[in-house]
Amino acid sequence: MKDGRFLTLGIETSCDETAASVVADGRFVMSNVISSQIDIHTAYGGVVPEIASRKHLERVNDVIGKALSDADVTAKDIDLIGVTYGPGLVGALLIGVAAAKAMAYACDIPLVGVNHMHGHIAANYLEHHELEPPFMALIVSGGHTEIVNVPAYNQCEKLGGTRDDAAGEAFDKIARVIGLGYPGGPKIDRAAKEGDPESIAFKRVYLEPGSLDFSFSGLKTQALNYLNQERQAGREIRVNDVAASFQEAVVEVIADKAVAAAGKYGQKQIVMAGGVASNTRLRALMEEKAGAKGITVLKPSPILCTDNGAMIASAAYYAYKTGEEPTLELDAVPGLEF
Amino acid sequence: MKDFGHRKLILNSEEDTRKLGHEIAEALEPGDVVALIGDLGTGKTALTKYIAEGLGITGEINSPTFTIVKEYRSGRLPLYHFDVYRLGSGEELLDIGAEEMLEGNGVCVIEWADIVADVLPDDAFAVCLEYGENEGERIAEILE
Repeated sequence: MKDGRFLTLGIETSCDETAASVVADGRFVMSNVISSQIDIHTAYGGVVPEIASRKHLERVNDVIGKALSDADVTAKDIDLIGVTYGPGLVGALLIGVAAAKAMAYACDIPLVGVNHMHGHIAANYLEHHELEPPFMALIVSGGHTEIVNVPAYNQCEKLGGTRDDAAGEAFDKIARVIGLGYPGGPKIDRAAKEGDPESIAFKRVYLEPGSLDFSFSGLKTQALNYLNQERQAGREIRVNDVAASFQEAVVEVIADKAVAAAGKYGQKQIVMAGGVASNTRLRALMEEKAGAKGITVLKPSPILCTDNGAMIASAAYYAYKTGEEPTLELDAVPGLEF
Repeated sequence: MKDFGHRKLILNSEEDTRKLGHEIAEALEPGDVVALIGDLGTGKTALTKYIAEGLGITGEINSPTFTIVKEYRSGRLPLYHFDVYRLGSGEELLDIGAEEMLEGNGVCVIEWADIVADVLPDDAFAVCLEYGENEGERIAEILE
């Protein structure tokens, strides 16, 4: 407690980012420290688990220390620690979990484990201070493409997800094939702005009528076939047009399904979350399609869309306040489901 | 692994992939490693799905690229589904604790297995997938 505010320290190490943050009353970001490994991974074209885990270990204490000092507090002021315990890379998760347990034990602070996906949703509480459940959530990232109904704080009901590749993964793979590099999402977004989204007619994949699931594998194959044909015919590949057409085929299906889900469950607001929620075309299309149905779309700012500690702190706060028992027995669960 | 023999198949449809997946699943025994080799979009994840289905696994099998490995326990044998696309070598596979899974009582299906070939057992069951001549066609070559 400091100045009558309940302080939560959030720690996140599930993938690329070593991150920690102090959040007041579950809503107000007092510090948000993110040490990214993107530069290191760019050289390899993706996350390298062993490197990820070693870098987390090297950085985690400094990142936590900086989160405290940036917020102008000390460990004594912290009322709760929240840490991501899954899903993610096992070696990476273990570093955050071990650091959080050690600090919770040494400083006698309650600890709760946070599902990384709940964290992404909670990022919206930090951005939109008036937001309360119920709402529909759309989580789109390198590892996930999910539509989740949120009837109350800390309750998540998954309605649909990808049957093969995640949206961000599809962007990464196609970006690599057309020579844009890693991370694919932002690179495709940028290239697409200079391209014509209607130049290549990639088929939209909606699956069975009414399904809220996604499939991007067939789209990836369509794009690969297209690139092969063009190369064999000796035609130059127009990278910007491929990026724009591919992106359009991905985001159009996502936006349609998210809006359909909100309609089906009578939700008047959709919150976006995850790295791909920063995609400018997806954001615009969501507004357009949801707006036409009188549904509001809320999006966190890009910094809260990436993996960060603040969203974990917020999710931890609501888990704790809705009765979750603190525990020092926490373990990493790489394949954690909703 | 029960005897399968060296074979080269043309897969013309999802149904052909399903049939092959189920056939592989039936032949699997505890400790087996299935190495899938083939470019982006040749159907490695699809084949894995049908191997899983053949093992009686329920629930969604999707790409494990993000976490490298996903574990499924609802079937006849535990299944460890790897996608090592982002790894650089076999050593990195061992670094994430794969040894336990490779030597355990389940079966491992590994996408992009050529990347980590140096740490896979000699008796791994290899399936090479490539594009066929016609659109939608894939060629599966089984090496034993």
